[in-house]
Amino acid sequence: MRKFFADKDRVLSVVLVLPSILAVLIFIYGFIGWTVRVSLSKWKGLNPDYTWNGLTNYINLFSDPRFAVDVRNTVIFTSVFVVGTILLGFFLAVLLDQGLKGEGFFRSLFLFPMAISYIVTGVVWRWLMNPATGTRTSGFNLLFSYLHLDFLQNAWHTTPTWGIAAVALAAIWQMSGYTMALYLAGLRAIPHELREAAQIDGASDLQIYRFVILPLLTPVTLSALIILGHMSLKVFDLIIAIAGKQLPLDVPAIYMWQTTFDGLFYGRGAAISILLLISVAVLIIPYIIYTLRTETFK
Amino acid sequence: MKRLSLTLLGLLMIFTIVLSACGTTPTSAPAQPTAPQEASQPTNPPSQPSGGKQQVEVFSWWTGGGEAAGLEAMIKVFKAQYPDIEFINAAVAGGAGTNARAVLASRLQAGDPPDSWQGHAGQELIGTYVAGNQIQPLNDLYESEGWLEVMPETLIPLISQDGKIYSVPVNIHRANVLWYNPKILKENNINVPTTIDEWFAAMDTLKAAGVTPLALGEQWTKMHLLETVLLGTLGPDAYNGLWNGKTDWGSPEVKVALQNFAKLLTYANSDSASLSWQDASQLVVNGDAAFNVMGDWAEGYFRELGKTPQVDYGWAPVPGTAGTFQFLSDSFVLAAGAPHPDGAIAWLKIAGSKAGQEAFNPVKGSICARIDCDKSLFGEYLQSAMNDWATNTVVGSLTHGVVANDSWKSEIDTALGLFVQNGDVDAFQAALVAACKSSGPCK
Repeated sequence: MRKFFADKDRVLSVVLVLPSILAVLIFIYGFIGWTVRVSLSKWKGLNPDYTWNGLTNYINLFSDPRFAVDVRNTVIFTSVFVVGTILLGFFLAVLLDQGLKGEGFFRSLFLFPMAISYIVTGVVWRWLMNPATGTRTSGFNLLFSYLHLDFLQNAWHTTPTWGIAAVALAAIWQMSGYTMALYLAGLRAIPHELREAAQIDGASDLQIYRFVILPLLTPVTLSALIILGHMSLKVFDLIIAIAGKQLPLDVPAIYMWQTTFDGLFYGRGAAISILLLISVAVLIIPYIIYTLRTETFK
Repeated sequence: MKRLSLTLLGLLMIFTIVLSACGTTPTSAPAQPTAPQEASQPTNPPSQPSGGKQQVEVFSWWTGGGEAAGLEAMIKVFKAQYPDIEFINAAVAGGAGTNARAVLASRLQAGDPPDSWQGHAGQELIGTYVAGNQIQPLNDLYESEGWLEVMPETLIPLISQDGKIYSVPVNIHRANVLWYNPKILKENNINVPTTIDEWFAAMDTLKAAGVTPLALGEQWTKMHLLETVLLGTLGPDAYNGLWNGKTDWGSPEVKVALQNFAKLLTYANSDSASLSWQDASQLVVNGDAAFNVMGDWAEGYFRELGKTPQVDYGWAPVPGTAGTFQFLSDSFVLAAGAPHPDGAIAWLKIAGSKAGQEAFNPVKGSICARIDCDKSLFGEYLQSAMNDWATNTVVGSLTHGVVANDSWKSEIDTALGLFVQNGDVDAFQAALVAACKSSGPCK
């Protein structure tokens, strides 16, 4: 131990990172631990109550019809949002990669939505996706009626069961620019020689993308998948802005907020948070291990 | 690389030691039970009186519109009466009080209560703050100020627990109001319905004529409709019984009420989930729908839109509820261990006084909790509400916090949301029975 601290630089480095590591330990891991403890308690009401309750809060959640709605909505939202954003982002990146004029302009244009907060996106899309009929029709439905595309008019986020997919459209609009930027960087990193070599070998454009470019972009896709996936599991503000607190578009984060702060079911709320954390961790931890490993071997 | 991992390992060891040494401090910090006595200890220096000057800190979610203006008017009355007490307006904006209440909860858990705060009168306050020993009974104040004589007799039990009164209601809103479009009713030869069956018949006529019979908004407005239908179907006594455990939630009568509610939903606009209460109420005054059930704050909104009473909109008690005033109220409490108890009492005296309520209510668009306010200060609708307030049986609102505590209400809200989705009346009733058992007085 003494030898370890003999090196002055080493002592300095330890001292410098100490505050942030301490803060992370307390404010992240400490509170995760505390939340786990609360989720195993009977706490309901304003005052803390740490009476041991075992896994009851978790078991109740799995027979809770509202939580079933939440899980269904999360699955639909995540699939539509992640697949949609990756496909659209990749498509935009390929288009921009064709070396067209004014690329910088389009790049900023597609990236801009990401600079907007989810709340603003939600307010705008709430209006765009107005499901009103008759004389009160507005937003997309009105546009469709102008274009004589009336068959496209629909109830958007108020559609039973699948309404959450309409919310995912707004999220796709917001995040596809970001995915585009990821893919564009990935495409630019692919050496030109590889494409030329493939062309000389007689590969068509489609084949070049399928057998040369896509495999080389796998790490980018993986990053996008992780980033978008954990965002969509935690989605809260976008849904609140579009639909408020209404059960058909409920997700775990909203249930957690409502049951904890409106209903004072702290134990149940903590259990939902921990389940959310686990679902995000299942996605993130393998990715972290993977990146750490690949970086170590480099 | 090897050196780096060694360093990391060393760091990890050090912090494991550090953490185990002070490990209990960070994890138990938010867990400190807040006994009310501790609350008065100087935990938060800035909130302490500075230089001996008296203060009172009043917490509310009145930050905009008529509410903020009303609060300002009442503060003016306070300052005229108590020039020596500095008034600290700790209002928190957002979400009809949702944000404010989350802030308040964390302040109370940290043992740093404001002297007085706003809350919906009734179980929302009692179930949360009395159960948490955070507020004090005010019976002495009611007696010394003579408030028992000037407030409706049937109101007092609804804002009390075990004979102790816990808050001072400043304003009164009515929940069971049926707003209608007089022109549409006239065109279709419909009289204002007084029973639920008449209401259904009227709406059948309207539906056949191609008019949207009932304007409805997002989920909480559906709960608002539900509570008025429960009242209209069961009557005031059985309705009160729902909340004190005397009426069985599983009874056939409640089932009839729920079926009535289910039937009402079939008359509503298809886009209800995307409408706020303003959007929904507006449908009636704009001639897009015939009826809307909403609290009487809607009247203030109609006036803002420039509409004329009796011409663009008419009102009646929700069918089946004539003679009953389903109320909700904003009220102020006295914090247990208030840092400035004298200031808090002074504030509550103003909040319950004739001068204070007459300053606040005309601006906010509500009526006084007292029955002796000057009627000439109020508009046509509010005058009719004041007459009803003084003479009707008073019962409490569910959606607005009078009859059920927060936990119970949030369980009912979930059951309602599921019902709106699947339309299963039996499952709805079973969930309501379960909610009363888990969070209400039912055994």
